[in-house]
Amino acid sequence: MLAKRIIPCLDIKDGQTVKGINFLELRNVGDPVELGKRYAEEGADELVYLDISATIEGRKTFADLVKRIAENINIPFTVGGGISSIDDAGPLLRAGADKITVNSAAVRYPQLISELAEKYGSQFVVVAIDAKQMDGQWTVTTHGGKQPTDKELFSWAKEAQERGAGEILFTSMDHDGTKNGYPIETFAHLSQMLSIPIVASGGAGNAAHMVEVLSKGKADAALAASIFHYGEIRIGDLKQQLHEQGVPVRLK
Amino acid sequence: MITIIDYDTGNLQSVMNAFARLGAEYQLTADPEKIKNAEKVLLPGVGAARPAMEKLRAAGLIDTVKALTQPVLGICLGMQIMCAWSEEADTECLGIFDNAVRRFDLPGLKVPHMGWNGIYDLRTPLYKRLDENSYVYFVHSYAVETNENTIAACHYGQPFSASVNKGNFFGAQFHPEKSGPIGEQILKNFLEL
Repeated sequence: MLAKRIIPCLDIKDGQTVKGINFLELRNVGDPVELGKRYAEEGADELVYLDISATIEGRKTFADLVKRIAENINIPFTVGGGISSIDDAGPLLRAGADKITVNSAAVRYPQLISELAEKYGSQFVVVAIDAKQMDGQWTVTTHGGKQPTDKELFSWAKEAQERGAGEILFTSMDHDGTKNGYPIETFAHLSQMLSIPIVASGGAGNAAHMVEVLSKGKADAALAASIFHYGEIRIGDLKQQLHEQGVPVRLK
Repeated sequence: MITIIDYDTGNLQSVMNAFARLGAEYQLTADPEKIKNAEKVLLPGVGAARPAMEKLRAAGLIDTVKALTQPVLGICLGMQIMCAWSEEADTECLGIFDNAVRRFDLPGLKVPHMGWNGIYDLRTPLYKRLDENSYVYFVHSYAVETNENTIAACHYGQPFSASVNKGNFFGAQFHPEKSGPIGEQILKNFLEL
C-alpha cells in the first residue's frame, strides 16, 4: 500500500539551516546536509529545503548546497524559495533536486507552471498555495499571507493541476503557526477534487493532528518544520503512532 | 565498473551520486562500443516513452542495447522502454520484455503513483538480503502488469510489476537511487550480479 509521507522542511539562509535545533548530538546543527541525513535516518520520507536568502550571494550558496545535498542524501528532496523562472529551476534540477516548489511566482505568472511541466515533467513541479479565509471563501495569498490575490484556493489548485503541477502543497495561513491542527474539511475537499497528491502544511502541534489530516483530511503527505526541529515530535515516534492509528506509513 | 547509457534523458545526477556513495566506479557514455564492452550497463530514464525511444534511436543504440549479454538494469522509464509497447503516445519500445506498459486508470486513483510503496514476491539475486514488503520510492504514471517476468510486485489500485527480469536484463519501476538503505542494497546486489 502506498505510504503516507512525512516531510520535514528546512529553511536555509546563506547555506545554513535557520531555525534553532535541539539535536545536540549533531556536530553541526546548522549544516543542512547533516540535519537532512539525520531526518532521513529517523524515517523522513522526503525533505524540503527552502531558500530564504535575500541576497544574490546567498542564492549562489544555495545552488552549491543543493549539489552537496544530492551527493549525500539517499531519499527524494524538493527545493524552493524564490524560483520565478525556468532559468532559476534548471540549475537546481541539474544539481540533483528531485522536485522544485513554486509559489508566488506562479500566482503572478501561471504560465510558469506549464513551462516547468513541459520542460522538466510534472513530477518535478510542486505548486505551493498559501490561502486564508476572507469573506467566506479561501483566498490565495502571497508574502506570508499578508497579500491577498484575486485567486480562490480550489479553482487555483485545479488550474495548477491542469497546467501540469505534479503535487499541491497547501498551507492555511489561518492555521499556520497556531499548532491547533489543520482545516480538515478543506483538505478533504481539495484532495477529492484533484487527481494529484496533496501535501498538508502549517498547523500541526502534535501527532494526532497529522493522523487526522492524513486520514480524515485525505492528504497524501504532511510537511512540518519547527515541531521537528525543536524535537517536539520525533519522526520515528510519529510514524509509530500513525501506524497504530491505521495510517499506512513506511516503518524502518 | 558500471556503464550508464547517456542518451540525453533527464537528470542522471541522482544515479551517479548513488553509485558514488557506494564507492562504485561508473562511466557515462553514448558510445556503442563502450556500452557493448561494458561490465554492467544501466539504462536510466526520466520523462516520456516516445522521446526516450527517439533519442535512443538517434544515438544509434537500439540494436546495441537489445544485443547486450552482460547484466543490464533499466530504471523507471528505462524499464518501460525495455518492454514491447507503451500506451504513452502509442510507442513501440525495445521488446526485450514481451509486455505492454499501460497508464494507471482506475477511478479515484491519484496519478502519478508517487511515494513509498512495499514490494513483495521478491525473486532473483537482485533482491537478496531484502525483506518482503520492503519500501521503495516510485514516481510513475504508467506500469507493467504482473507477468511471468515479474521478480518484485507492488500494489497500487491493482498489482503491477515493480521489477522484471529475463536472462541478463533487469528492470526496476521504482528508483533505487532514491530509496534509502533498501535502494542501496538493491544497487549493491546489482553490482554483485
